[in-house]
Amino acid sequence: MTTFLSQNVERLQAPEIDYGAVAPLLIVLGAACLSVLLEAFLPKAQRWAAQVVLVLLTLAAAGAGLVLYASADSTPDQGKLTFSGTLAVDRPVIFLWGTLLLLGLGAVLLIADRSVEPGGAFVADASILPGQGSQVHPGPGATAVQTRAQASRFGMQTEVFPLTLFALGGMMVFVAANDLLTMFIALEVLSLPLYLMCGLARRRRLLSQEAAVKYFLLGAFASAFFLYGVALLYGFAGSVKLSDIANATTATDRSDTLLYAGFGLLVVGLLFKASVGPFHAWTPDVYQGSPTPVTAFMAACTKVAAFGGILRVLYGAFERSSWEWNGVLWGVAVVSMVIGAVLGLTQTDVKRMIAYSSVAHAGFLLVGAISLNDQGLSGTMFYLMAYGFTTIAAFGIVSLVRNGDGEATHLSQWAGLAKRSPVVAGVFTFLLLALAGLPLTSGFVGKFVVFAAAVEADMVPLVLIALVASAVAAFFYLRVIVLMYFSEPAPDGPTVSVPGAFTTVAITLGAAVTLVLGVFPSFALDWAGAGAFIF
Amino acid sequence: MSWTLIALLLLPLVGSLVVAFLRGNDRLAKTVALAFSLAELVLAVLAWTAFDPGGDRLQLTSSADWIPAFGVHLSFGVDGIALVMIALIAFLVPVVIGGSWADKLPEGRSAGGFFALLLAMQTGMVGVFAATDVFVFYVFFEAVLVPMYFLIGRFGGPNRQYAAMKFFLYSLLGGLIMLASVIGLYVVSADKIGQGTFDWATLVTVTRDLPLSTQIWLFLGFFVAFAIKAPLVPLHTWLPDAGAEAPVGAGVLLVGILDKIGTFGFLRYCLPLFPAASKELAPLVLVLAVIGILYGSLLAVGQSDMKRFVAYTSIAHFGFIALGIFAFSSQAGAGAVLYMVNHGISTGMLFLVVGMVMARGGSRLIEDYGGMAKLTPVLGGLFFVAGLSSLALPGTNSFVSEFLVLIGSYPNEPVYTVLAAVGMVLAALYVLWLYQRVFQGPVRGTALLDAVGGPGAAVDPERASVPDLNKRELAVLAPLVALILVLGFYPKPVLDVITPSVGATLSEVGVADPVAQEGK
Repeated sequence: MTTFLSQNVERLQAPEIDYGAVAPLLIVLGAACLSVLLEAFLPKAQRWAAQVVLVLLTLAAAGAGLVLYASADSTPDQGKLTFSGTLAVDRPVIFLWGTLLLLGLGAVLLIADRSVEPGGAFVADASILPGQGSQVHPGPGATAVQTRAQASRFGMQTEVFPLTLFALGGMMVFVAANDLLTMFIALEVLSLPLYLMCGLARRRRLLSQEAAVKYFLLGAFASAFFLYGVALLYGFAGSVKLSDIANATTATDRSDTLLYAGFGLLVVGLLFKASVGPFHAWTPDVYQGSPTPVTAFMAACTKVAAFGGILRVLYGAFERSSWEWNGVLWGVAVVSMVIGAVLGLTQTDVKRMIAYSSVAHAGFLLVGAISLNDQGLSGTMFYLMAYGFTTIAAFGIVSLVRNGDGEATHLSQWAGLAKRSPVVAGVFTFLLLALAGLPLTSGFVGKFVVFAAAVEADMVPLVLIALVASAVAAFFYLRVIVLMYFSEPAPDGPTVSVPGAFTTVAITLGAAVTLVLGVFPSFALDWAGAGAFIF
Repeated sequence: MSWTLIALLLLPLVGSLVVAFLRGNDRLAKTVALAFSLAELVLAVLAWTAFDPGGDRLQLTSSADWIPAFGVHLSFGVDGIALVMIALIAFLVPVVIGGSWADKLPEGRSAGGFFALLLAMQTGMVGVFAATDVFVFYVFFEAVLVPMYFLIGRFGGPNRQYAAMKFFLYSLLGGLIMLASVIGLYVVSADKIGQGTFDWATLVTVTRDLPLSTQIWLFLGFFVAFAIKAPLVPLHTWLPDAGAEAPVGAGVLLVGILDKIGTFGFLRYCLPLFPAASKELAPLVLVLAVIGILYGSLLAVGQSDMKRFVAYTSIAHFGFIALGIFAFSSQAGAGAVLYMVNHGISTGMLFLVVGMVMARGGSRLIEDYGGMAKLTPVLGGLFFVAGLSSLALPGTNSFVSEFLVLIGSYPNEPVYTVLAAVGMVLAALYVLWLYQRVFQGPVRGTALLDAVGGPGAAVDPERASVPDLNKRELAVLAPLVALILVLGFYPKPVLDVITPSVGATLSEVGVADPVAQEGK
């Protein structure tokens, strides 16, 4: 026994690490730790400024590191594996990391804004109850707020910054993870901060806390599914590496039961994170209850990470067994598109509506992901980028439309908005048209590339269903446009806050990318199609 | 590389932006909009003179890379069919701007916004007809919906929200179904020639050899979109709503131009790209066309709302156009294209005069009017001219085209042609009966009686508060009347441009009968 152990100890070698390749990751995670220290040691008054500077510098540095690595001569064309093969920094990962960092920048800008909601959108403590503290109106109700005095006394709560960085780091590992165990750890690293961030909304505390609990409970189940799937797949293949699983699926002497069960459970975990229907049940509640900047972060970045993971798992481990599971994921994609499009029709809350729209979009993305060809890979990634920016800008706009109780998210309150603030209404219209997939927006190009890949993969019926679902979904986007432009404003309707610099930049970034990707998509398409996964 | 079409595309867009910035000053905005549309007309005349009917199939071409990854080029070019449509756009937009000059807009809307949207739509419409890359065509096809949606939704009648939504969703659904076929074309071309392409001229050579079943699927994708646009009968229900609720100016462009995208699409995309499928499915289209003629005419007879009336007459007219296209003879084809132009002129004028009647009486209902010719003889006369043109009286423009369609279709499709000819009788019925109810007899109807001071009051046109046409309105209608008469007696210049292109289109379907002689 002792000899066995000592042998093992001897054979345990430190893995080779390509620091250049993982630099963006290390920067983000290192900065997250630093950010915690800032939170602990800086006086309250200085934290906000320090945190914002730190986060922005981190994103810039990580981006620079990524560009350096991607363009360096020493980098092989296809990218490389590192950490003894558990992380792959290949071309798709470079694209996804770049997308995550840019989307993260947009979300952080929204999070950092203190002028739209004086003192920021976050509560001091996720466990604080409505009416708790020195409330003027200590009555019940989800709309209770901290008093202005409280808000100004505490300044903005800044715990959200380290949480964001940890989540972002987790997402970056998630899309690069080349074995399922690493992927699981990344999943937890990205999920746990998100659970917490959902509960931080300063307004509508009960909704926010409900969102956090719901997300946490369902997320924990999904993680368990994922982990159980990993265990079964380990039983099937004797390894958690994607490439080993892929090899095992070609062998005939393995247990199909383990493969199917393992794959099924694993995919449930992944689809949950990506809010693909029928695993979407958390999405509307969480999107509605979370502070809007956090919703933007979740909607954009989590989607990218989850689909990055789905793509890697499908292409890496299960491509060769695709005929076994293809039918199931067809069904899932159809269900997701139909649920998103149809239930979206009945929503009366802007944030819930965008949540259902995200479920429908997840279905479209899944159509691209299961095409399993080069166009499918690059198309899905392009779609992710396009959708992410549009969503961030859309939530940025949602955070601007406010009344006395905070954000006015009920659709009826948006009536006649174009009259009060034509610019905000115009930008939001453009974003909605992008979500509906009209030409000259990124949404159209995204749909086009994804559906083209699916037709290439002989999935014409699925594409037709997807197109009909897009037409149905267009109805609820249009309904908002109708409200904003064609209806008379309500007398006590919400006002549109003058956005602070941060929010303005975030919205401008999102809208500009939506336009540019719609009109000149070439460079992004080339970037997304630069290479395949390596395993 | 010809810049004419690019200039035609960009000029209204620039105009639209300029006008949008002048929203504060309605009068200036209108004048600038009119100036831009007249400049566009001049450009269109230049394009017409630069076009050589005997030359290449596509002329005035220009092309630039857009999305190399998908082989998408920003390519523009026109054949004779597209050219006459672009000329029609350039002609109708200034007329519409003049006609909408004094429109009473819903409260809180500015005339600048209205005219900016009109000009934006002009760019989209020109783009649809000028694109020679299927992807670019699709982009314009959808892009043109947005300004129209806002025109109806912001400036339309009482039920405008519903109408705008219905219009948009119908067209969007059609567009998305077409998108499936567009993607299909791309994939098919990638299979056949290695690199996927959207170039129309290349695709024509690729797709005509496809097996019939593939052709039929791809054809149907395009066909549904175009049948919604055109509109053919089961897919027509959006038009009466949209036409009735749209402000008059937008309505003219809606039935005059936007709907022609459908019939243009049949000619440009369905026939040349999928010749075998076109022939296979022609009976289906012909049945729909004849149903459209009869059903549209009958419903037009029964309408109580003048704008809906115009919309239903259009449905009947589109039946004739579809009949001419799918009868596969060059005479009928040339007649159909000429019909597209003539319908734009005569229905456009009908819409405008209906608008002028409404501006005086404040109601869309026929029963609110009666004996109006006593008050407004000039308006009555011009209404009558528009009506006669619409019912294709010999001597008016529509007669030439309707006649060409019928005699061209008869040899190939005698049954459908005979049934369609019944539509001509119904046309006389619905037009004359409408005219009789609104303009003939004693002055009656609430809308007019309020104006002249109750029933039995002595009607003195000089003193009535229902004024006859003013100079602006006369100036708007005069060019339309002139074209109705000129094209009624001398359609040769237009037919000369159309005929070679129609012949080329039909030869792609494999029909080669002697090129139609110039119209009678």
